[in-house]
Amino acid sequence: MGVKLLLDKANVPGIRTYEVYRREGGYRAVEKALKEMTTDAIVEEVKKSGLRGRGGAGFPTGMKWSFIAKPEGVPRHLVCNADESEPGTFKDRYLMEFLPHLLIEGLIISSFALGSNDTYIYIRGEYAWIPDILEEAINEAKAAGWLGKNILGTGFDCNIHVQRGGGAYICGEETALIESLEGKRGNPRIKPPFPAIQGLWMRPTVVNNVETLAAIVPIINMGGDEYAKIGVGKSTGTKLISACGNINNPGVYEIDMTITVEEFIYSDEYCGGIKDGKKLKACIPGGSSVPILPANLLLTTAKGEPRYMNYESLSDGGFATGSMLGSGGFIVLDEDQCIVKNTYTLARFYRHESCGQCSPCREGTGWMEKILQKIETGKGEMSDIDLLWDIQRKIEGNTICPLGDAASWPVAAAIRHFRDEFEWHVKNPELSQTSNFGLQHYADPIHVPA
Amino acid sequence: MSEQILFKVTVDGITIEVPAGTTILQAARQIGGQVAPPAMCYYSKLKGSGGKCRTCLVEVSKGSEKDPRPMPKLVASCRTTVMDGMEVKNITSEKVVDARAGVVEFLLLNHPLDCPICDQAGECHLQDLSFDHGKSKTRFEFQKRTFKKHDLGKNIQLHMTRCILCYRCVFTADQLTNKRVHGILDRGDHAEIATHIEKSLDNEFIGNVIDVCPVGALTDKTFRFKNRVWFLKPMDAHRDCPTCSGRVTLWNRGDEVYRVTARKDEWGEIEDTPDGQPGWICNTCRFDKKDASDWVIEGPRAISRASVISQGHYAGNVGTTKPTETFLAVNGGRAPHLLMDIHDESEVNKPNIHLGQIHGPSHGDTFENKIEKA
Repeated sequence: MGVKLLLDKANVPGIRTYEVYRREGGYRAVEKALKEMTTDAIVEEVKKSGLRGRGGAGFPTGMKWSFIAKPEGVPRHLVCNADESEPGTFKDRYLMEFLPHLLIEGLIISSFALGSNDTYIYIRGEYAWIPDILEEAINEAKAAGWLGKNILGTGFDCNIHVQRGGGAYICGEETALIESLEGKRGNPRIKPPFPAIQGLWMRPTVVNNVETLAAIVPIINMGGDEYAKIGVGKSTGTKLISACGNINNPGVYEIDMTITVEEFIYSDEYCGGIKDGKKLKACIPGGSSVPILPANLLLTTAKGEPRYMNYESLSDGGFATGSMLGSGGFIVLDEDQCIVKNTYTLARFYRHESCGQCSPCREGTGWMEKILQKIETGKGEMSDIDLLWDIQRKIEGNTICPLGDAASWPVAAAIRHFRDEFEWHVKNPELSQTSNFGLQHYADPIHVPA
Repeated sequence: MSEQILFKVTVDGITIEVPAGTTILQAARQIGGQVAPPAMCYYSKLKGSGGKCRTCLVEVSKGSEKDPRPMPKLVASCRTTVMDGMEVKNITSEKVVDARAGVVEFLLLNHPLDCPICDQAGECHLQDLSFDHGKSKTRFEFQKRTFKKHDLGKNIQLHMTRCILCYRCVFTADQLTNKRVHGILDRGDHAEIATHIEKSLDNEFIGNVIDVCPVGALTDKTFRFKNRVWFLKPMDAHRDCPTCSGRVTLWNRGDEVYRVTARKDEWGEIEDTPDGQPGWICNTCRFDKKDASDWVIEGPRAISRASVISQGHYAGNVGTTKPTETFLAVNGGRAPHLLMDIHDESEVNKPNIHLGQIHGPSHGDTFENKIEKA
């Protein structure tokens, strides 16, 4: 049984209400932070904890907070990024739906540390029922004196506003989110200037993921040093993983980043193995935009060592033989899944969600989708596979925001690791419409050079 | 005013000093020639433009004197300001050339390439760009996205199929008019410039969107299909206009004025008036004053000799003297980009001289003479 810091109280009946949450020890961290700590001490504690952004990029949160500009007389803002739209990721929804007060508590502490008097939660439009839960929690917290004017007699004012998005994936990119929050079209801004200097309404702004902000609560409660002892290396603390796909127990799990990928997939405590006793073929370990890995490279690194569920181990070997922990959207594919179809589905998603601002992403995502559709429907040619590789190479790194990279990585990884499956589709146009390539050699032990 | 701080920046091995806050693109334009990266969406007269088309990507091989680390990715030179001691690679970087070829290919994917019937042909930035960096073949074998043509008011037509979504017209309307009624609807490759439910653009300065459009998406309805730009003679002219500067270029054939545009500099941007303001012109000047007697004609407009519009007619500035410089000299030391180099094709087509060295426009005699001499 691993350590649980965020979801330890998730099963307490009525934890969604303020009374139960408070009775279970909630809002202690706010009391501690606002009464006993200075803002700098909180930032220092977060730095010590080694907490890394849980939204996908894994940037150290304490460092991000210390970048915020503090010009005289200019208000600063904290924005909570709840636009969780990455296919395969649904951890923030779980957190907001069942433990809304944990997020509110984290938001109050973070707002205090950053000096944000107006804090925003930008939530994706498809989470239609969650803003009501959050707003109810905010009202309860306000009635109990945790929000509003002069909180706990410290002179600190804070209000939390919930803003619903229109349902665009791109609005999860921090600058597009800020544009959308300002009421404009959700196009990513060209950086620099970074939001920490000029963000929401050209004021210094920090944008953090829901899970990151919730993790502030245990950090304050137990202290940054204690928090850093959980986990391994630079992957400190606990991480929520939303597991889905062909597994027995899909759901949201809190792990302490010391377990192996194999244990996570096959242990009954977590995924519970592959559904219907089938074999593991591939896995996208961190949300749809990170590279897909075949079973053998997922369970062991190219050096032959077991792979762990943490930032470093999953990215071991770079993109050649590794992937990323990303946002923790763990998508498992069994032996009956077709990688070409899977890649086509993802390409279709990115084509639909590209904002259309910069040309490589706008045109390239549509082109990749069309070629993948061609291969998937049995009309592909060998040259199409090389063409796909060339297109993704020309999108990656040449766009304004990371959506271009996110669209090209899955295609690149699918071709890198599953090229023979693509070739099989091209060579067997009729067979590929009625049957699957199957597991083949993708789970064979990898050859480790001595 | 305190002394201006100057930064040293090196682009493709050429060093120049520019004031702090200058972008890489502007610094490279001061050097000029092929060192200046192409720009499809950036427009120096429009605040906030740039960064979108990605044609101006450059490699920063040295960040600055203080922090010499190179930048990890290619950067959009139009939106990146120079640092002291920065070293930039444009055409000398393989990465840049490769990425730019990619961007050109992307821009042309959904572009109809209907240049033969497009009014912008001859002064189209996309044409120039694909001539310099594009390939002669396409790898795209699917249906292109198309839109219906729309009239935006009585003088402007929107041909959305040609649009490359540079956002210049959106910025123009934001910054020149008091109320913008057109914008981008939808997203991704199906995004389009549109007015919400067929409104007309009728601001007095809205005609400038035609001048800023890098392609033939926004065209002048008073000029549509009337003539090709290279058959017209551009003349600088002015009139006493109560709303704008009245400084324009007339495009004549004989004495007839075919169209009126603002004066554009070598980068295709609106020239400043003598008082330092951008020379935007009003709709009255642009669409209604089509009579030579409305204007005081100043003289022929200098058009870059590399442009198809000059057609070899504008040596110096006036007259039709036969040019004496080589193509290389005219084109800033740049050899002609040929889709097919005849030197390599067959023994028959083997003049012992590079085309770039031929004086003036070449014809059959040129080759025969040269071969005989050799």
